[in-house]
Amino acid sequence: MRAPPMTTLQVSAAPQTAHRLSELDVLESEAIHIIREVVAEFERPVLLFSGGKDSVVVLHLAAKAFWPGRIPFSLLHVDTGHNFPEVLEFRDKTVAAHGVRLTVAKVEDYIADGRLAERADGTRNPLQTLPLLDAIAAGRHDAVFGGARRDEDKARAKERILSLRDEFGQWDPRNQRPELWNLYNGRHTVGQHVRAFPISNWTELNVWRYIERENIELPPLYYAHEREVYRRDDMWRAVSPVSPARADEPIELRTVRYRTVGDMSCTGAVDSAAASVADVVREVGVSTITERGATRADDRISEAAMEDRKKEGYF
Amino acid sequence: MTLTIETQILASEAAVAAPEGTLFRFATAGSVDDGKSTLVGRLLHDSKAILADQLEAVTRTSTERGFGGESGGIDFALLTDGLRAEREQGITIDVAYRYFATPARSFILADCPGHVQYTRNMVTGATTADAVIMLIDARKGVLEQTRRHLSVVALLRVPHVIVAVNKIDLLDYDEAAYREVEASVRLVTAELGIAEVLVIPVSALVGDNVVDRSERTPWYNGPSLLELLETLTVIDDLDERGQATEAFRLPVQLVLRPQGAVVVAPELSDSYRDYRAYAGQVASGSIKVGDTVSVEPGGGTSTVTGIDFAGVALDEAFAPQSIALRLADDLDVARGAVIAAVDTLPPITRTLEADLFWLDPRPLAPGARVLVKFGTTVMQALISEVTGRLDLTTLAVEPARTLAVNDIGQASIRLSRDLPVERYSQNRRSGAFLVIHPQDGATLAAGIVTAPGEPTRGGDGSGAGSEVSP
Repeated sequence: MRAPPMTTLQVSAAPQTAHRLSELDVLESEAIHIIREVVAEFERPVLLFSGGKDSVVVLHLAAKAFWPGRIPFSLLHVDTGHNFPEVLEFRDKTVAAHGVRLTVAKVEDYIADGRLAERADGTRNPLQTLPLLDAIAAGRHDAVFGGARRDEDKARAKERILSLRDEFGQWDPRNQRPELWNLYNGRHTVGQHVRAFPISNWTELNVWRYIERENIELPPLYYAHEREVYRRDDMWRAVSPVSPARADEPIELRTVRYRTVGDMSCTGAVDSAAASVADVVREVGVSTITERGATRADDRISEAAMEDRKKEGYF
Repeated sequence: MTLTIETQILASEAAVAAPEGTLFRFATAGSVDDGKSTLVGRLLHDSKAILADQLEAVTRTSTERGFGGESGGIDFALLTDGLRAEREQGITIDVAYRYFATPARSFILADCPGHVQYTRNMVTGATTADAVIMLIDARKGVLEQTRRHLSVVALLRVPHVIVAVNKIDLLDYDEAAYREVEASVRLVTAELGIAEVLVIPVSALVGDNVVDRSERTPWYNGPSLLELLETLTVIDDLDERGQATEAFRLPVQLVLRPQGAVVVAPELSDSYRDYRAYAGQVASGSIKVGDTVSVEPGGGTSTVTGIDFAGVALDEAFAPQSIALRLADDLDVARGAVIAAVDTLPPITRTLEADLFWLDPRPLAPGARVLVKFGTTVMQALISEVTGRLDLTTLAVEPARTLAVNDIGQASIRLSRDLPVERYSQNRRSGAFLVIHPQDGATLAAGIVTAPGEPTRGGDGSGAGSEVSP
């Protein structure tokens, strides 16, 4: 049998006029919808807020979602004790400007009383999970907002926007709820909580374009600055009391910026002259390396590093 | 202290209207071994969306596993198979979302696994998609799984259906063989009532007609897959006359009533003392200041006095914007209510007929008490009867009394409260719902309304039966 000729397969040029909302408009409205839905369906939501760009964007979206009212939930930060001081300063300033309450859970408290032990490699990112779960339980939070994005990592690419966690905070990737239309199912039982990721569908470039469009302030180390650094694991690492250079690692003064700001002991800087948000947008647009690949030692441990941490309750 | 936020938000006013790239969402589906992950990897790779460190990691793993051949020694499936079990077993377990952009458009790709037990992920991907790419193996043609996926696509009314006939290189680019597959595809889609299907011969492994048109298929003069994706229309588009294609609907998420606790500048705070607005995401259509709207439940009507977008007053809003609507009258509007263009809501009813995509391993028994979620309304409901199941081989409705996982069936449902029930065929957002387990909260099924039941009270005007009393 012979099929009809290929005439139906013409690229239609006509309906190109109809796009009224830009990509950022669509993503922004999607995120606001998710934030409002979680606030409506849960008793005690909380937002994980580190002062990093993604959590700053989620906070900005929350402010928009409830304007002219205040943001109706508090913030939570798990402080590893290795955070950049200028990020903590920014964090506190931003929290004050939004008039919200911040709870800080400190990894150092756990190390001090023996509930956690320092790792041999010195990195504290994997140690955040226990203080996080304790803080969620202590605050009786049934929903936890995070700024995670699916383009960050292969395991995150498979996580739902509303991700159900059991009482151990564990993610079960083989047993996720289907997410249909924009109908989010927030039902949960006692002890369970939900992680909510309003900017799941944003890319690093979307985040930067939004920061530019909305004129959102960030910690200064996202922009090019001079810093004493040394080379380790193909990254520029900052010289600091928690991340000193070894004798065989010569210290240089370089112009760098950070693409992610996490723990000083595992976050690296990149060579960059991008001093303004417009420069960064241009730089990210042509980057040939992912932000985590460029700057996170902990995600390089294995192909499944993020998956393993998430299963244990990491966000 | 509140000034910074206000300034930041107002600063975006000019930017709201600025033109920029558009977003296109599509899903990929197919049977196991059709090469779907390879196609996705090829799209990402050839559109330069794969960055150097990802490619390096994948190349390293590919070499370790002795992958070779024409793709230059790269197993593209490794790019999308994100979980350890997937890489170890060489299968795809869950929907993976991928992001890439071309100068024309940005894309969100939902990569849906093809094994029969994971059909629920196919449904997940299809409900938000502007287009679905069905992948079939040119050597095998249309399989039962192809029919099943095409049924899902047809019932969910995915706007654009693309069938990529893959592995055309293994047929030596033979036109007659391709035409035979194409004809069988068109036979099935015609049976399913899919108005338009776009069929493309491709080789994901080699790259024919994926990003660039191939010289090895001179008998095919249509666009490449990527060209198609860059030019198809987006769901929330206007029709040719610039009108929204569906009537205005705003499911109310929250009532914004800050009662004086506001973040506006102190000198403005007095004017926000009595602020009251209904927050939600426009599900369909558009609304202007001055328009008359009706509200269900309650049946009241009012006039729109303001549309707020985080401190920016809009004259008009449309789907899918998240807005806050102010009304002239003090109506009793709470979460779960629907604000709609006047005279467009269907009559209130407590019964409906629906197609159910059963997604839970526990089968559905008639008489099951469940929760349903329509828009922002969650209520108790009773699945009073299963009336049939779609036979995916014959595509006919066969008698059935229960539904098992991956079944697509028909059921009668009784609601515990009045609802303006809309047909999915008339409104894709309002006519869709979730079926939820009342105890453990699992999402049991995706539902779409095929027919509203007898009205319990008149709607606000549309259609027959609007005057029927309880």
